[in-house]
Amino acid sequence: MRNNDLTIAVLSGKGGTGKTLVSVNLAALLPDSTYIDCDVEEPDGHLFFKPVFGTSVPVMVKTPQVDENRCTGCHACVDFCKFNALALIGSTLMVFNEICHSCGGCVLVCPRKALSEKERMVGFVREGISRGVQVVTGTMNIGESSGVPIIEAELRIKEKNINNLTFIDCPPGSACLVRKSIQEADYCLLVAEPTVFGAHNLAMVYALVSSLHKRFSLVLNKCLGGEENPSEVFAIEHQIPIVGRIPFDSELGLLNSEAKVVVWESEKYRQLFSSILTTVLREAHHEATGNS
Amino acid sequence: MRIAIPVEDISVEGKVCPSFGRAPYFYLYDTEDGHTLFLQNSAAESQGGAGIKAAQLLVDNQVAVVLAPRCGENSAKVLHSANMHIYKTVSSGVSENLALFAQGKLALLDKFHAGFLGHAE
Amino acid sequence: MRQLVILSGKGGTGKTTVASSFIKLATAKTYADCDVDAPNLHLIGSPFPSVKQTDYFSMPKAVINANLCISCAMCRKYCRFGAIVKDKTYKVDAASCEGCGVCAFVCPAKAITMEKTKAGDLLLYSDTDNTVFSTAVLSMGSGATGLLVTQVKNQMKAASGETPLAIIDGSPGIGCPVIASLSGADMVLIVAEPSISGISDMERIIGTAQQFQVRLAVCINKYDTNLLQSSHIESYCRTRRIPFVGKIPFEPMAIKAINQGKYLVDFPCEGAKALADVFAETMDLLQAEVV
Repeated sequence: MRNNDLTIAVLSGKGGTGKTLVSVNLAALLPDSTYIDCDVEEPDGHLFFKPVFGTSVPVMVKTPQVDENRCTGCHACVDFCKFNALALIGSTLMVFNEICHSCGGCVLVCPRKALSEKERMVGFVREGISRGVQVVTGTMNIGESSGVPIIEAELRIKEKNINNLTFIDCPPGSACLVRKSIQEADYCLLVAEPTVFGAHNLAMVYALVSSLHKRFSLVLNKCLGGEENPSEVFAIEHQIPIVGRIPFDSELGLLNSEAKVVVWESEKYRQLFSSILTTVLREAHHEATGNS
Repeated sequence: MRIAIPVEDISVEGKVCPSFGRAPYFYLYDTEDGHTLFLQNSAAESQGGAGIKAAQLLVDNQVAVVLAPRCGENSAKVLHSANMHIYKTVSSGVSENLALFAQGKLALLDKFHAGFLGHAE
Repeated sequence: MRQLVILSGKGGTGKTTVASSFIKLATAKTYADCDVDAPNLHLIGSPFPSVKQTDYFSMPKAVINANLCISCAMCRKYCRFGAIVKDKTYKVDAASCEGCGVCAFVCPAKAITMEKTKAGDLLLYSDTDNTVFSTAVLSMGSGATGLLVTQVKNQMKAASGETPLAIIDGSPGIGCPVIASLSGADMVLIVAEPSISGISDMERIIGTAQQFQVRLAVCINKYDTNLLQSSHIESYCRTRRIPFVGKIPFEPMAIKAINQGKYLVDFPCEGAKALADVFAETMDLLQAEVV
């Protein structure tokens, strides 16, 4: 079975369902896999892997600066900026960095070419190895508005490693950060918990991956015996293949809360996640060659 | 000198608006010639950076003093860069605040809430 | 009206369970769900008899008029957000478009205009006893923005009348929508999870709230799932003089309550008792004079 060059995005819509549990432990099963943490607002994966990180690489975005000798105070840049990130007092230009979207428009519209761009840091990316797993972590600086540039920087690293089975740990939600994270994924693995909230959010993320024509399947987490599982009901109604069921288990919960990689700690969990991985890979390859 | 007050509607009997950046109008009063005018605040509909845009509007209209109940950090930066003074209003009546200012009874507004990435209320 | 915002940094800590319980305990007449990416609060409690819908418009997005387009691809060259795609003709991917207007500016054929785009529905539910609940549903492809959170809150405030307390269920993370929910907050209650990753996330949301100088307090949910990490959270708060308002045990009834759309505090259980205590502490802090 060819694992090479398959990128699987793990997402759930709702936070706390087990995206990190699943993506970390699936990546940890094989040496030479890659784990990318795209939840750049609240990155957690590195707390489990504890990789030895190489140098931190800053993520930079462009921000305008003015040559006051050339500026005539004509206001064209202020008038153009859709985000109101600029203000002009005489010929002193004020730039509000946290609001600026780095679109480059003000530089283009200035009739005197008085504007140019400098870079400022909005976050950083670190890479490291943990028992053979390549761990890529992106962190957005507190106070910044968008994690997109950091996610883009992480995914550029992935492009250089085309032979690894890669797991992307997605941010919560179903909007632009998630879209960015799953854009280049070959396959999506949804994670859902057995509550009405969980099913509700599963529906949202199901709509997202369907609209992007991604192939996907589902892992049910925190499964309780006996009770009806609203997420499972949703999956059956919408013919979403279920590739695994992780039981609600206080031992698993405790290991996880101590930031342990459970497949490295216990044979029981190693087998559980191995069987999920086998099923996911079979589904992913089957859909690729077969019935799309 | 020109004084500006964020207001809810076009009436000098009207109320001071609690928001600076998203006030629908600014009431402008010139102490030298008694001239008054209501400026429509185009910043009110902004997606973001409303305070900055509103402050720019006042800079462009040669305002020297602003009377407002509150103001964001980013707006304040713009206003202060243009050497404007910001005073804290004490009631919701426009004329009342103007009168108190003329008597020197309004305090400078010195606490500015942090910029909320352009989405302050 | 005092605004209490409930945040967690990390998702899944029980923010909505805490928020809904507080709403019931306070018999709050005014509340909002600002977690518009994954709104859940409307699933608790009885349905409201009336709802007012307003269109939510995000940034105007670029639209290419295919009849005028000369396929020079200048727009794609200058777009920094990867929002111009070629599918026989050049088109704008609205989900990626940030509305900057650069493409419209550079287009030599003037084929691009910026058009108002509906990105969701603002919903204001109300009841005959003047209870108002504000939330929003996003259209496919649209994301939560600070602007939307601000509109959800403004809608709530405009309809709220003279109520003393508004409770806002916030979103996970520390980005723009969370920062927008901090604006105007009288206090933020952070619901923390006792795990190593939960603590890391809690520290980042605390850092964010402190950067915006908002008063805050911390409580722990499911504290007995890891007593060691719970004690770490309590020490962290003590060392940094952050008010700690209590801890709630893992409560199996919570899932039942959620699945039945009921308030946890209506079930006689340990979790409900603990929630009531945390609520009382939080209210004391909220009503206290700001020093």
